[in-house]
Amino acid sequence: MSWTADEMMTVAAARALRGGTRCFVGIGLPSTAANLARRTHAPDLVLVYESGTIGAKPDRLPLSIGDGVLAETADAVVSVPEMFNYWLQPGRIDVGFLGAAQLDRFGNINTTVIGDDYADPRVRLPGAGGAPEIAASCREVIVVVRQSRRTFVDRVDFVTSVGHGSGPGDRARLGLRGGGPALVITDLGVLEPDPCDRELVLTHLHPGVSPEQAVAATGWPLRLAPTVSTTEAPRPAELAALRALTGSAEHEERT
Amino acid sequence: MIVTLAEAVAELVHDGDTVALEGFTHLIPVAAGHEIIRQGRRGLTLVRMTPDIVYDQLIGAGCARKLVFSWAGNPGVGSLHRFRDAVQHAWPGPLEIEEHSHAGMANRYVAGASGLPFAVLRGYTGTDLPRHTATIAPITCPFTGETLTAVPALNPDVGIVHAQRADRRGNVQFWGITGVHKEVVLASARSLVTVEEVVDELTPAPGAVVLPAWAVTRVAHVPGGSHPSYAMGFSERDNDYYQHWDTISRDRAAFGRWLEGLTS
Repeated sequence: MSWTADEMMTVAAARALRGGTRCFVGIGLPSTAANLARRTHAPDLVLVYESGTIGAKPDRLPLSIGDGVLAETADAVVSVPEMFNYWLQPGRIDVGFLGAAQLDRFGNINTTVIGDDYADPRVRLPGAGGAPEIAASCREVIVVVRQSRRTFVDRVDFVTSVGHGSGPGDRARLGLRGGGPALVITDLGVLEPDPCDRELVLTHLHPGVSPEQAVAATGWPLRLAPTVSTTEAPRPAELAALRALTGSAEHEERT
Repeated sequence: MIVTLAEAVAELVHDGDTVALEGFTHLIPVAAGHEIIRQGRRGLTLVRMTPDIVYDQLIGAGCARKLVFSWAGNPGVGSLHRFRDAVQHAWPGPLEIEEHSHAGMANRYVAGASGLPFAVLRGYTGTDLPRHTATIAPITCPFTGETLTAVPALNPDVGIVHAQRADRRGNVQFWGITGVHKEVVLASARSLVTVEEVVDELTPAPGAVVLPAWAVTRVAHVPGGSHPSYAMGFSERDNDYYQHWDTISRDRAAFGRWLEGLTS
């Protein structure tokens, strides 16, 4: 069974979610991966959407974070102030699942503007949404994003959500209580912060991807971990579950 | 208390007002937004956590001077092209922006509804938002000395939401994803709730919020008034329309034809 790079990325992201985990899910790739995890190895994964739906169990992929299917299947539906103040802010959520328009070597994320001038941006993006506080307060963050030089940049044009700042100790200095990005899962492989200097290094390559490809798709001199493993290819059951999900999805976000 | 939508907008929304149309994906008062466009309001400061199609339309129609927001996109589809055109090319006019995060905006409404001048949260720290948004400031906790973030209350001139139903006296009931509905109505000087149905008596619904008539300025009976958003129990989100809007809003001329269809 053959698969696409996007399918490999989504399967890898789904595998990173353990059963029982409470997961704050953004729309698009993260939502697809989280729903795939719930349908495969982690049926008791708790999906939390910023619209206020806690423990949503959608039978199809929602197009938005507020689709009716999320409210109808949730364990609890709370107001938006309650979601951010009672559930996210005190650290009750294990994993924050985020996308990015730009990502730098320390996992800082930009979803606000492309270009140096905020007042006169080259591209105006949607903005922060829930991401800054998700990145600050979840126990850890997983970023799911396609890897290219356009996206993986040396410095983000705008810090919308803080990753590891400019290196070790920055999160603690800023008073951010969550752990920050633990994994960056792309269509080429997986990056993880170096335990010493917190710079993202390549730890996994997906089957058929060369280290040179990953380096070429990165806008900073990408370091390879001492051992770069090969991701296990998508299993037929994973692909079948994913295609059942996306087959019923009407659209996939591309920003 | 219960009036037509046209009467409510004429009475409550004036040129230059700060107006918040809320609804977190669900129960968005789209028909009320269209009525604001039809009545030709200008110079509005529009407030909304998630400006989506209806704000794209208000901005494209030239109603807005300023936008206060936390996420401006077409959910699940991509960009808001009228919003982008306004920010990047000042079309149809310049649009001032005041940009926050969801947590900040939600807390600003809570402060507004609570009669407080500001709210406190753990937020924005280390991001570039405070450098560009004057309404984000550090504050020291008087008890622990910890540095936190303060954001000022939002108290719009007019708060507008859609709801499932009201009774004939104007008590309002809504359920499902309730977003910041209660907060925006209570934070605003004047409020309008458009409803799917007007009933003799409100019956209990799971998770329902009730706003007593005396906390709401006007109610208008507007069935389907949240389309392409939805009202749980009455309609489904029209996901196809959200995708279709992308084509209309990409192109100034196509948008112009849409606008002509709305106002003629």
